Amino acid sequence: MAITTMIGAKIHRREDPRLVSGEGHYVDDFTRPHTLHLAVVRSPHAHARVKSIDITQASKAAGVVAIYTHKDFAKVLSGTIPVTPSFVAEKNQIPPHFPIADKEVVYQGEPVAVVLAESKYGAADAANLIDVDYEQLPAVMDLEKALDAKSPKVHSGAADNLGWDLTYIPDDVAVMKEADVVIKQRILQQRLAPTPMEPRGVLAEYSRGDGTLTVWMSSQNPHFVRLFLAGAMGLPETRVRVISPDVGGGFGSKISPYSEDWLVPAAAKLSGRPVKWIETRTESLQTTTHGRGMIFDLEAGVKKDGTLVALKVIQYMDIGAYMGTFSAFQANSCLLSGGAYNWKHIGARTVGVLTNRVPTDPYRGAGRPEATHLCERMIDLLADAIKMDPAAIRRKNFITDFPHTSHFGLIYDSGAYEKALEKALQMAGYEKLRKEQEEGRKKGRYLGIGLSSWIEICGFGPSAGTAPATGGIALVEAAQVRVFPTGSVAVYVGTHSHGQGHDTTFPQIVADTLGVPYDMVELHHGDTAEGPAFGYGTYGSRSLAVGGMAVHKASKKVVDKARKLAAHIFEAAEEDVVFEQGQFYVKGSPDKRKALGEIAFASFGMNLPEGMEQSLEAVAYYDPSNFVFPFGTHIAIVEVDPETGNADLKRYVAVDDCGNIINPMIVDGQVQGGIAQGIAQALYEEVAYDDESGQMKTATLTDYLVPTANEFPMFELDHTITPSPTNELGVKGIGEAGTIAASAAVINAIVDALSPFGIKHIDMPASPDRIWKQIQTARGTSHDGKEARR
Amino acid sequence: MKHKVATTVNGHPQEHEVEPRLLLVHYLRDVVGLTGTHIGCDTSQCGACTILVDGKAVKSCTMFAVQAEGRNLTTIEGLAHDGQLHPLQQAFWDEHGLQCGYCTPGFIMAAAYLLAQNPNPTDDDIRKGLEGNLCRCTGYVNIIKSVKSAAAMMGGATEKAGERAAAAKRS
Repeated sequence: MAITTMIGAKIHRREDPRLVSGEGHYVDDFTRPHTLHLAVVRSPHAHARVKSIDITQASKAAGVVAIYTHKDFAKVLSGTIPVTPSFVAEKNQIPPHFPIADKEVVYQGEPVAVVLAESKYGAADAANLIDVDYEQLPAVMDLEKALDAKSPKVHSGAADNLGWDLTYIPDDVAVMKEADVVIKQRILQQRLAPTPMEPRGVLAEYSRGDGTLTVWMSSQNPHFVRLFLAGAMGLPETRVRVISPDVGGGFGSKISPYSEDWLVPAAAKLSGRPVKWIETRTESLQTTTHGRGMIFDLEAGVKKDGTLVALKVIQYMDIGAYMGTFSAFQANSCLLSGGAYNWKHIGARTVGVLTNRVPTDPYRGAGRPEATHLCERMIDLLADAIKMDPAAIRRKNFITDFPHTSHFGLIYDSGAYEKALEKALQMAGYEKLRKEQEEGRKKGRYLGIGLSSWIEICGFGPSAGTAPATGGIALVEAAQVRVFPTGSVAVYVGTHSHGQGHDTTFPQIVADTLGVPYDMVELHHGDTAEGPAFGYGTYGSRSLAVGGMAVHKASKKVVDKARKLAAHIFEAAEEDVVFEQGQFYVKGSPDKRKALGEIAFASFGMNLPEGMEQSLEAVAYYDPSNFVFPFGTHIAIVEVDPETGNADLKRYVAVDDCGNIINPMIVDGQVQGGIAQGIAQALYEEVAYDDESGQMKTATLTDYLVPTANEFPMFELDHTITPSPTNELGVKGIGEAGTIAASAAVINAIVDALSPFGIKHIDMPASPDRIWKQIQTARGTSHDGKEARR
Repeated sequence: MKHKVATTVNGHPQEHEVEPRLLLVHYLRDVVGLTGTHIGCDTSQCGACTILVDGKAVKSCTMFAVQAEGRNLTTIEGLAHDGQLHPLQQAFWDEHGLQCGYCTPGFIMAAAYLLAQNPNPTDDDIRKGLEGNLCRCTGYVNIIKSVKSAAAMMGGATEKAGERAAAAKRS
């Protein structure tokens, strides 16, 4: 590789000038002539029978062009919203999921009818005039009760509510008996709404003349949508073009296809006019897939000297009413449950349970935040039980030899866990904090210090592991590099940037590999009509470790061809041609040089070696040899006011290791945003439903508490760098790291603060109300503050 | 039943006939055609649609278009002058104050009002001043830095601002 100049540099993002000027183009900013606006009529009930749909009044409303229900869509759409095998290949049942309900609705917000009107206000008005007669059915809301044979069923007529039940490794009672102390704990993972600031949206245009479909939509994954949509509409992929322009955040919620991704294009086909639908925030909270939604029953054993012995994990996952496309991916909580530590044994079982809620699917971290949370909580509980310092128990049990094969057969590529821990402890001033904590307690101040030594698996992924998980498509990545005659370079990729800054970082890689000026390289993504045949999207912190490597590989193919041509021009043997910082010369004659741009110009001429075709152009598909395993240690410092129950997050220290860094500014930005989402889970956010009716109680941003700038301190960040041996760039992923680490750090800090009250655990969100009540219970006073009778 | 509404948007007079219930944000986006002002919620929580009405920050989903009669409106598209980014736009770029960019126009407009009221805000002043705006990408860390940096630029630190502009052009 050429000597690097751009890789590792803090380059300001080239996407920003337009985004700060209001010149970004998100899906709602696109219009087509003669566009109709679509509004969706949704079920107000979590579970009901649809007895009849009366459209008489709505049809007469001003500007209404069409109203479609299940029977209309059944004419142009076939199949079911796909479910990948993911980490649970064998499933008990996968309820068929047509994008619009017919006789039964199974979650609040499920589409029942759509209205097409000349204006969006008109469509919304008419949607309110559609009269649907429902017969309410019992809603299944509780994960444990749902598994009872006598429970009502999420889908009438189903045998049970079980999605899957898979034991990865049976628990081993004999090993657990080797422990001196065994702790049992139930840990809850509340449902979260991903809440990208731009809701979903779809604009579709179907040309009856040539049978082509163009779809503009807010997606992390346009190629997969094209694949699924072509199948559902019976079109060849060549006639379906999906454009995902600027996207206002995804966080996992824009990976999988949704009902509207089918209904809007189908409505365009049925009506013969372009159709646009933009999700409202209430629709987003009610119908965009949620994350988390799990119960973990845990048991962990430790020896008196702090040696970890065994961990037993049972994960109950709230699947929702249908299985999300990548729902079972979140079973990776089991696979990562051992965290950064050596355990003699880990037993793990995942149980997927259907409920009458909106489906869950990946949300930032998707299984790994839950794994970190359960592991780091259990480590603290064990440390507390044997009176060992939380840092010391971690240090004692860290995995130190790499590559490390886990109990589940995963191969951790590289790590230096203690290094990150020590750096974080030093930044936080751990010893001093412990003294302050001790002093504070004497004065009635409750300071807490919480550690989270996290690891994750990302860079999805090697074909051998991912093709079976998706049902056939290996999650490799594709890139095309085109060099124009004057040396400008266009790069087409199958990843999708929606805040991650690929327009900047990928050209940094190309500029170094080709040795051309950064300004001459331009990145293209998000349009299935451009670039290689398939793209695999952006999720699971995969873009750099897989997509960046595809870009690097394609660039190297270009260099290889250019070297052959340079040798021909120099009349030298290929092996004698040196390529250095974008310049070719013959060994021993460094004065006679040709830049890659000059070779590019020559490549379009007539003086080419025998058999060489014109141009410098290459396509590469990169199939990684392994996943990558980033890691780090985060430390949260909180002060809890026992009178109000408020946990004040005073400081937050994070040391992360994502291998080599392409652009440190962007890496820190990813970490900061990730931490904020983890803290948000720990302290604020929860999708709440009424347990009886299944009505969502948090369907606006008044009720669903996305934190503001007031809620966060300035985060203190640093890194260690342990290159990945998995890929030539030595990179891992960083998009989810902050979220994976943060909830455990904050909750560990709160529990640490509350330890003088004898409090051992607190669930999320650790709201003032929840903390206050737990303190009252611990003090033996009732929640109204009066002394409890004993 | 349509009403006439006459406004000035980014210095240009506008006159249209609109439904009385048309929200100002929809007027700006769908009638005037300025799509830089975004919509992120239905309940005036997110602040993505923040603009300036006679110099004051307003969530444009909380006003009807007809209420803007005779008012001077400034949207994100009206901040830059003669091809030069406004110091806030420049500072958000310099400090990596945005990722997906969807909330950014609202933040910049809210910050413009904040700095007009308080040219030298502390971190906490900025937090409070921007509490009507939600960002899901940045954890607000770099947004606070951006606003501070813009305040420094606008407060006569001309030499530094010049350097930044030159550096930005290079990258």
